[in-house]
Amino acid sequence: MKILQVIESAYRATQEEQDDTIVWISHAMKGAGAELNVLLRGNAVNYAVDGQDASGLSFGDWRQTQPPDLARDVSGLVGKGVEVYIDQEDLAERGLEGAKLVDGLKPIARVDIPSLFDAHDQIWHW
Amino acid sequence: MADRKTLTFALMDPPFESARTTTALRLIDIAARRGYDIHVFAYEGAVCMPFSRQAPHPNAVHGHDVEEENHPLPKDWEAALMQEAKKNGGSLDWVNCGLCVDERGVGEAIEGVRRGTPGDMVSMAGESDNTLVIGTR
Repeated sequence: MKILQVIESAYRATQEEQDDTIVWISHAMKGAGAELNVLLRGNAVNYAVDGQDASGLSFGDWRQTQPPDLARDVSGLVGKGVEVYIDQEDLAERGLEGAKLVDGLKPIARVDIPSLFDAHDQIWHW
Repeated sequence: MADRKTLTFALMDPPFESARTTTALRLIDIAARRGYDIHVFAYEGAVCMPFSRQAPHPNAVHGHDVEEENHPLPKDWEAALMQEAKKNGGSLDWVNCGLCVDERGVGEAIEGVRRGTPGDMVSMAGESDNTLVIGTR
């Protein structure tokens, strides 16, 4: 069974979780043997922007020592053989066309997304 | 039953925050009434839905004591859904993401709920006719 994880809700509790929960569960599922790919769309396209720095959160004497590094985690999926697609129009709408993205992503035009869906058995839209 | 289905639902919203939770359980109710075999993978806040220490409260604005108010508790909804599925020859297998439970300290769940991992969701989806993901928005 081939699964496409569509990640659209972005930056949901990423400071508390120290990652994106759907990127995380995709890592875990891949480790459990799932055949899956990922499509970043909507605000989640920003996960692919290289050089983000979410460090510095503090409350009183408490300091966060392991801030989220979403670009690293997306890149890690690519490294595990997951095809990570990214919606080109969503990038353009957010002024990210020329931005430095992590390596190995597969830009995809919206018009081609139905074909991408057809190439998978299940579409899980988070 | 020739058309008996197996369905997997992935839920993510915590209780008392969003109508998405109620809608999800209404869909599961339809499947339970049809005697389907139902898998639920509760992820993140959704692991609080079967938390056994949920408690009803009175409502002074409504002028109701605790009995009159009869406040809905998601744990009771899930227990009723498990009974409904069983009554109709089906089943409801509810798996709470274990790490999500630990983060929230909600390890006490109603009977019928088990602890699991994302690997369980992959297995459940693999043996189901279809999967519906209801993520947090």
